[in-house]
Amino acid sequence: MKYFKFLLVGVLFGIVLSKAEIISWYRIYEMFRFESFHMYGVIGSAVLIGIVMVQIMKRMEFKGTHGEQVQFVPKSFSVPRYLFGGIIFGLGWAMVGACPGPVFILLGKGVISILVVILGALLGTFLYGLVKNKLVH
Amino acid sequence: MELILKPWPWYVAGPGIALVMGLLVYFGKSFGVSSNLRTMCSLAGAGKYAEFFKFDWKSQIWNLIFVAGAMIGGYIAHNYLTESHQINLNPNTVNSLKELGFTNIGAAYMPQGIFGVDVLFTVKGWLYLLSGGILVGFGTRYAGGCTSGHAISGLSNLQVPSLIAVVGFFIGGLVMTHLLLPFIV
Repeated sequence: MKYFKFLLVGVLFGIVLSKAEIISWYRIYEMFRFESFHMYGVIGSAVLIGIVMVQIMKRMEFKGTHGEQVQFVPKSFSVPRYLFGGIIFGLGWAMVGACPGPVFILLGKGVISILVVILGALLGTFLYGLVKNKLVH
Repeated sequence: MELILKPWPWYVAGPGIALVMGLLVYFGKSFGVSSNLRTMCSLAGAGKYAEFFKFDWKSQIWNLIFVAGAMIGGYIAHNYLTESHQINLNPNTVNSLKELGFTNIGAAYMPQGIFGVDVLFTVKGWLYLLSGGILVGFGTRYAGGCTSGHAISGLSNLQVPSLIAVVGFFIGGLVMTHLLLPFIV
């Protein structure tokens, strides 16, 4: 039962992204053409509220459900890794109009062909694991 | 009920996503969906081929459950909470898609020409979806996160690496949308 709460948060995530059409290929295309405020409003407001939440949690030395202090582990600094990785992801994001969360929500919606995208994403992850040591990080 | 059935505006969705992130942090986890792809590779036996997949995947079970919940959420929203599956797009967006040869623009969440079941019977359809997926999977792991991990969680924590990643997301997305998509779609 300790996992049940994660299932519920996942359901909430799926419903919100589906109802706000964030999982639609068209919305991503429209976003990259700067022809709608919608996606910018979604990400922007989520980040603004997120910043406030994280600051409050840090300052109050907030204790999570397990009693330990909530940790925010910063990522180690590097430019090429995040820039190159980001660009490669961005190319794919604009092609299939979905990132790793929405692909699963779309599957739940019954978009069967998204399975090919998921297969590709698994292959891409596998490929990264194979060549990881040869890449600039 | 009327309001629930209509598309939700950004000022509902944004706080909703922040709530999802806040709940996960409260439960002692962090919000990042793409790491599940690594976990799934490990479960499929990828550890035999690369060290990267030899990790304690059991610590990620909660995230797989989260994704299962997201699928259920998509099912519920699609079948019970949506009265119209049409997407109202900016007329300029519609025109640009017409020029690219799209039909029934905005009739459903996904364009039929890319995601219709019939594309599964064409080589081009498979190549498009598979290569897009590979870029997503490879890119997120290289960058160490996707929209949830970097754009939402990372920026909320004011992390510079996440800002660099998000700039990368946009460079890639803009290049694809404006320069490459017209030739490959």
